[in-house]
Amino acid sequence: MQTVLTGWGRTAPSAADLVTPAGTAAVDRLVTQAGRRGIIARGLARSYGDAAQNAGGTVLDATSLDGIGTVDRTTHTVSVEAGVSLDALMRRLVPQGYFVPVTPGTRYVTVGGALAADIHGKNHHLEGSFANHLESFTLRAPKETVVAEPGTETDVFWTTAGALGLTGVVTDVTIRMLPIESSLMLIDTERVPNLDVLMERMVEGDARYRYSVAWIDCLRSGRSLGRSVLTRGDHAPLEALPPRRRSDPLRFAPPTGLAAPPWAPTGLMNRVTVRAFNEFWFRRAPRRRLEHLETITSFFHPLDAVQGWNRLYGRRGFVQYQFVVPEDAAPTVRRSLERLSAARCASFLAVLKRFGPGNPGPLSFPAPGWTLALDIPAYVRGLGDLLDELDRLVVEAGGRVYLAKDSRLSPELIPAMYPDLDRLRELRARLDPSGVLQSDLARRLQLL
Amino acid sequence: MRDGLGAVQSVLVFGGTSDIAEATLRRLVAHRTRRVVLAGRDVDRLGEIAEDLRARGATLVECVPFDAVDTSTHEALVDDVFERVGDIDLVLVAFGVLGEQADAEQHAAAAVDVARVNYLGAVSVLTPTAEQLRSQGHGTLVVLSSVAGERARESNYVYGSTKAGLDAFAQGLSDRLVGTGASVMIVRPGFVHTKMTAGLKPAPLAATPDAVADAILDGLAAGRTIVWVPRTLRPVMSVLRHLPRPVFRRLAL
Repeated sequence: MQTVLTGWGRTAPSAADLVTPAGTAAVDRLVTQAGRRGIIARGLARSYGDAAQNAGGTVLDATSLDGIGTVDRTTHTVSVEAGVSLDALMRRLVPQGYFVPVTPGTRYVTVGGALAADIHGKNHHLEGSFANHLESFTLRAPKETVVAEPGTETDVFWTTAGALGLTGVVTDVTIRMLPIESSLMLIDTERVPNLDVLMERMVEGDARYRYSVAWIDCLRSGRSLGRSVLTRGDHAPLEALPPRRRSDPLRFAPPTGLAAPPWAPTGLMNRVTVRAFNEFWFRRAPRRRLEHLETITSFFHPLDAVQGWNRLYGRRGFVQYQFVVPEDAAPTVRRSLERLSAARCASFLAVLKRFGPGNPGPLSFPAPGWTLALDIPAYVRGLGDLLDELDRLVVEAGGRVYLAKDSRLSPELIPAMYPDLDRLRELRARLDPSGVLQSDLARRLQLL
Repeated sequence: MRDGLGAVQSVLVFGGTSDIAEATLRRLVAHRTRRVVLAGRDVDRLGEIAEDLRARGATLVECVPFDAVDTSTHEALVDDVFERVGDIDLVLVAFGVLGEQADAEQHAAAAVDVARVNYLGAVSVLTPTAEQLRSQGHGTLVVLSSVAGERARESNYVYGSTKAGLDAFAQGLSDRLVGTGASVMIVRPGFVHTKMTAGLKPAPLAATPDAVADAILDGLAAGRTIVWVPRTLRPVMSVLRHLPRPVFRRLAL
C-alpha cells in the first residue's frame, strides 16, 4: 500500500509501497523482484532522517520478522530474527540474566536497524559498537544470500555494519549477550560546571566505568559553557542490591508510560521551555552521588517513558545532529558548543561521550574521540547555515557526521567523512549489480 | 532529494527567464541545489541565466525550449526531462503574461492569448508533471498564482481570471496529491516589480522578485501550501473579497 513515511525527526516525507513479508522466503522474493525504484528495509523507524524511506519504491517492513531463539548458556549467544526490537529482547532475556551488548537511548530499535546503523551506546569507550558483538548474520541481497561472520565473508560483515541497509536485507542475527546479576544499575552521578572540567573528568575516569555519558546544557555560555551532568556506572552485582530486592534481582518490567499528545504547536520547543527544562535537569541531578541504584530504563532509556516524544516538536519536526572528532580535537567540540550557544537555538540536552576504537566497517560511524549529539527543532531560522558551518569544523578536524541521524548533510562532504565509501560500491557490484537496494538517504547523499 | 530543512537538490522551471524564477534559482543554488532544468521561450536569455547559475555552483544546468501555448508538446517534454535528469525535487511554474487589458477588452484573440498561456499552458504542464512527482513518490510543485485571481477587477480581469482558474486548479491538484509524497505550494504575490509589470503604476504593498523568492524558500522550509507575498495581503484580500460590489468598484484598484 502506498504510504507516506518519515524518520523519527518527522521531516522530508516521501511515499513508498510499504510491504510486510510473511517470512524469509518472502524477503528473498521482494529483494529479487523489486521494481525500478528499488527496495529498502525499515524497522521501528528510529533513524532521524530518511535512511528507511524509499520514495516511489518499496519499503520492507521488517518488524514482522520477530522470532527470538533460546540463549546458549555456555557461549552467551542468542539467535534472533532481525525485526526483533531491543525492547522485546530485554523483556525476554533480562529476567534470564542477560543484557544486550549495546543499547542506544531507546529500546525501540530493531536488531536489524542496530546493525544497519552500527549503533553505539554508553559503553563504546570500552566495548565498541553493535557489530563488535555479533557472531554472524544472514544477509539477503538480490544476487546471493550470504551468512557473514567476522572471520568468513569479512567484507560483507564489516561493510554491512553502518551501511543503512544498502548491502541487503538482514534477516537473522546471532548476538553475544552480556551476563548480568541484576536488572539494576549502580551509578555515579556528578554535576560538572563546564566543558574543560567535563572532558578532564571523562579522560581521567571513563576507563573505570563500563558506561559513561554526559548531558550538556547547550544554552550556557562563557564560563559555564558545557555545564553538564556526568553519569557513569555498571550493572549492579547481586550484593549491591538491598536485601528485599535480592529475591527477584532480575525483574524487568518497564512501564509503558505516557503518550505525547498527537499534536503540538511548532514553537513548543523554544528557548524558554528548553532553558527551563535544561535547568530542571541540572538541578535535579545530585551534586555528587556515588553508587546509587537506578533502573535500566531510567539510566539508558529515559525518553522511552514518553511514547511519541518526537511529536512534541510540532508539525515541522526536528533534526538530530551528531558528530565525532578525534580526541585531540576537543577545541572543535568547544567551538561547536560556542556556535550553538551564540545562535541561541533551543537545543534540548546535548549528549557528549568519548568513543573508544572504531571497528573495520567503512561506514560505521564511531571513531576514537569525542561525539556530541543534539536535537534542534527544524523551524529554527538559519539552522541550515549553522549546521553547514559545524560540518566544516567537523571535516577540518578529521571527523564525521552520523548518517543514521542525518537529514541535511551536503553530499559533497561525504568523501571526506567516509573515505572508504568505495568499499560499499564494490560490494554492491557483487551483491546488487543492478542497484536494487536504494533509499532516500542514499539518493540525497549520492552514496551509490 | 529534498532534505530535512526543506532544501532541494534538483529543480525544473517553466518560464526560466521570469524575474521571480531567476531570483528563486539563485537562492536555491546558494544552498543545496546542483541540478537545474530551465524551460522557456527565449533560449538565448536562458543560456545567460544558466551560465550565471553554473558560476554560482550548479553542476548541471540544462536549457529546454518550451512554449506555453504549444500544449501538444508538453507531455513529451516533461517525460523526457524526468527520463534524462532523474528525480526532480522542485518544479516551479513561473511563466505568465499580463496582456494588454485594453486590447483584450476589444479583441477576442488578445484575451484568448492570455488565457492560453496563463491557464491552458499551466494546466498542460502541471498535469504530466504531477504524474511524474506522484510516481517518484516525492517532490513539490510551486505554482505562481496572483492576488489578481482572488477578486476580479475592472482594470485587469482578463489576467485575473486566468490566475483564478490556475489557482483553483492548483488547489484541487494539491488535495489530490495528499498521500502520494508529492505536494503543491501556491504562491500569491501582489504587485511585483518585474519586466512583466514594467511601466505600470505599482499597486499598494508592491514587492520585488527577491521578496517573492525569499517567501518561496521560507514556504518550502515550512511546508506551506499557500504563500502570500507580502504576508499582509492575506488579511487585506480577505477583506477586499467580501466588500460589496459597489464599494469595491469605487476603490479603483
